[in-house]
Amino acid sequence: MKRSNRDNRFSASERKKEVLDTLSGFGENLYQQMAKGNFPSIKMPSRSIENIYYNPEVRQYILGDRTVKRTAQNVRHIKPFTQLVWTAYFAHELSTNRKTSTLRDVYYSAQAYEVSFQDQSESDNVITDLETVAGFAREDFNIFPEERSAIFGDLTIEYTVPGYEGKQLNLTSHPDGVMIGPALTYSEFVKTTADKVIAIEKGGLFTRFIEENVHSKYNALLVMTAGQAPRATRHFIRRLNKELNLPVYVFTDGDPWGMHIAMVIISGSANAAHLRELTTPDAKWSGVWASDIADYKLPSDPLTELDIKRLHELQRDPRYKSDLWQREIKTFMKNKRKAEQEAFSRYGLTYIVDEYLPAKLKETS
Amino acid sequence: MATQTFEEISPADFFYRNRDIAGFTSPSRAIFASIRELVENSLDAAEYVMIPPDVYIRLSYVAEASPTAAIYKLRVMDNGSGIPPQHIPASFGQILFGSKYKLKQTRGTFGLGGTMSVLYGQITTHQPAYIASSTGISKMYMYKIMIDIQKNRPIILDRKVLLNKEKWRGTIIEFSLEGDYFRAMSKILEYLKQTALVNPYANITFVDPKGRLYKFTRATTKMPPAPKETLPHPYGVDVETLQRLIHITHTSTMQEFMKTHFHRVGELTANKFLTFAEIPAAKSPKKLKREEIVRLMQMMKRFTDFLPPDASCLSPLGEELLRAGILKELKPEFTAVCERKPSTYAGHPFIVEAAIAYGGSIPQKSNFVLYRFANRIPLLYDEASDVSFRVIQAMNWRRYKISQDMPIAILVHICSTKVPYKTVGKEFIADRPEVKKEVLNGIREVARDLQHFLSRRENVERERKRLNVFSKYLPKIAQFSTELAGREKPPDIEKLLGSVKKIEEEQQGQ
Repeated sequence: MKRSNRDNRFSASERKKEVLDTLSGFGENLYQQMAKGNFPSIKMPSRSIENIYYNPEVRQYILGDRTVKRTAQNVRHIKPFTQLVWTAYFAHELSTNRKTSTLRDVYYSAQAYEVSFQDQSESDNVITDLETVAGFAREDFNIFPEERSAIFGDLTIEYTVPGYEGKQLNLTSHPDGVMIGPALTYSEFVKTTADKVIAIEKGGLFTRFIEENVHSKYNALLVMTAGQAPRATRHFIRRLNKELNLPVYVFTDGDPWGMHIAMVIISGSANAAHLRELTTPDAKWSGVWASDIADYKLPSDPLTELDIKRLHELQRDPRYKSDLWQREIKTFMKNKRKAEQEAFSRYGLTYIVDEYLPAKLKETS
Repeated sequence: MATQTFEEISPADFFYRNRDIAGFTSPSRAIFASIRELVENSLDAAEYVMIPPDVYIRLSYVAEASPTAAIYKLRVMDNGSGIPPQHIPASFGQILFGSKYKLKQTRGTFGLGGTMSVLYGQITTHQPAYIASSTGISKMYMYKIMIDIQKNRPIILDRKVLLNKEKWRGTIIEFSLEGDYFRAMSKILEYLKQTALVNPYANITFVDPKGRLYKFTRATTKMPPAPKETLPHPYGVDVETLQRLIHITHTSTMQEFMKTHFHRVGELTANKFLTFAEIPAAKSPKKLKREEIVRLMQMMKRFTDFLPPDASCLSPLGEELLRAGILKELKPEFTAVCERKPSTYAGHPFIVEAAIAYGGSIPQKSNFVLYRFANRIPLLYDEASDVSFRVIQAMNWRRYKISQDMPIAILVHICSTKVPYKTVGKEFIADRPEVKKEVLNGIREVARDLQHFLSRRENVERERKRLNVFSKYLPKIAQFSTELAGREKPPDIEKLLGSVKKIEEEQQGQ
């Protein structure tokens, strides 16, 4: 089940096969243990906070060497153990039948097998267990959260999902953008004229950028993260970066929360320390910086106590070690002001596209 | 200036004027008190001859008396000792006449209850009482009496002597009284149920004015050993008792007097005490002066070397009978009983018996059900003032993993030659430190037993659940693993399930 040297440029279908093999292997392992007359047990990396470390080499959080053992012999383990085996079985069924499911679906589907979950957070947690055991993200098991992020720009993809195999789509075909859901996640990239990716935190600005032809003016693919980017989106951005060699620029609000949206795209989250390939370490945070608020004289609001508390946390966070981040954190703390992306509207609707964007792209590339 | 008149009143007149203090406060209390007094007389009479009591009570409606009361006829019949013919009229027609003047554990104490009931019946209905009794000889005596209240004497209206071929033995009394049965009903039934509980060797039958039959059947014919009569303990006597003893004594020296009339006083103790009290051992008790009698009494309380009273004059129910009574009347899932060792307060011996009953027919309330008994009499009123109630409230039940909302009944039985009632109404026990300590220790002991029962039951329950969990989930793990691995046949997990059972059995064996 170790995949330390997995090729990053795996195509979607090859990856599928490996996921299926891993899940069957998991079942076979348990089968063998029971056939030998033993209570089945599994070992997996511990996800407790004491076992999460920041690794500067891969530039993301990873799990340490601690493991936990789950055994069906322990009366407290046996129910979550059964849930885990069922989830593996369910994921295997989904993949084999090329179906997808939402997290909520998984929670309800379990009831048909009399493997009930108390609530969705319990089933979500068991799905995370399966990710840890198998070393794949839930999207690889065809399990998705409710989608909300989108992409727009000149990229032609080819579907692999049933019924659409071989069909191609250019991502400029719909002016609202195309939702980054299961079908897009599993698609293969065919061609693009774009030479960069611009990720935007908010739907409003994403629409503005499309209206203002940012994609053609700047030769860019536009991604709307809708707040904190979902994992499928983070993985998709990574693929754009690795498979198409496109540099990634992230635009967020000018506050500690916006800053962290960019950071999670770049270096991942502690919650996903058991997973790889969700990060884009070379992506750049291009604004709105704390210093921009002063430089562009943006309308701003004072930082709240909660904002300041968050800044102190980020200051100690190993992901924020580099100069740019430390400098911006200090500027926030000094000026005690924050601004939203929409603040640029005071200079007219196109100012952000015509003036700010080119300046920042230049500054951060 | 007004003239003040002094008159002497007879005991019957006194109780006539102060019937409240004997429990006859209202039509409903009166009917309850009458039944109670007569039932207790009957139980005492049967125990006196060591025969399992059969008590039959019938209350029938006669006529309406007022909006709040009616006239009833009460008949109580027993299979007890019977009353010698010459004593029958006085037994029910004279206050403070009775057979209970010696020191031993009995239900009544003053020979007051039976006559009080008759007296109450007479003043409310002006009807005579009928009494029939035989001591098991070939004759049976019937009396029709009323009470001359001012003279405290029975008036015999009629007397018959009948042949008693069957050699029936027992007493029947029947008289009319005013009362309110429907308000008293729940208390009467509760009283009979608790009486049946604490006298599990008695048959009690009650027919109420609606003709409904309540039958409390004995669970055993075994009876607790009869209490022995005993002499007073020097620690508990007063000047009045001393004077009476001096009046009747045939002894001629103080040493003999002490040895003859007091409980557990031998030659050695008598001499030691008289030296301590500075009263010459050879002095005649009849020659004691008034101050000397007072000093004698005071010294008796101060002298510490008297042997403690022994408990042979007491008759606790015993653990076996108490358990039988609880199982019969409360039908619990579990019960623990405990008879404490005899103890004393102020020269009076006493024994506390405690029991706890859990589950079954015991109702679940926000508080424990408390059953209080004194000398095998249920105490039904003023629960919150009783020492047992206070002890229970003050206890830290969490230590026993017990909470007040569990279906639990607690029983406390105190037997003594002198039950430490707080009032003449005889409804609750006073907070005597010695009594309190025994009650506390008794309840603690049975609470511990209940705690063990509950934790044992919890363990069994936990193990059962554990096994359920394994039998539910292990087959599923096998099923899904088999499907994941793409195999046809699931692995054999029977052995694994078997091993779970084995672990369980081993744990229970420990």
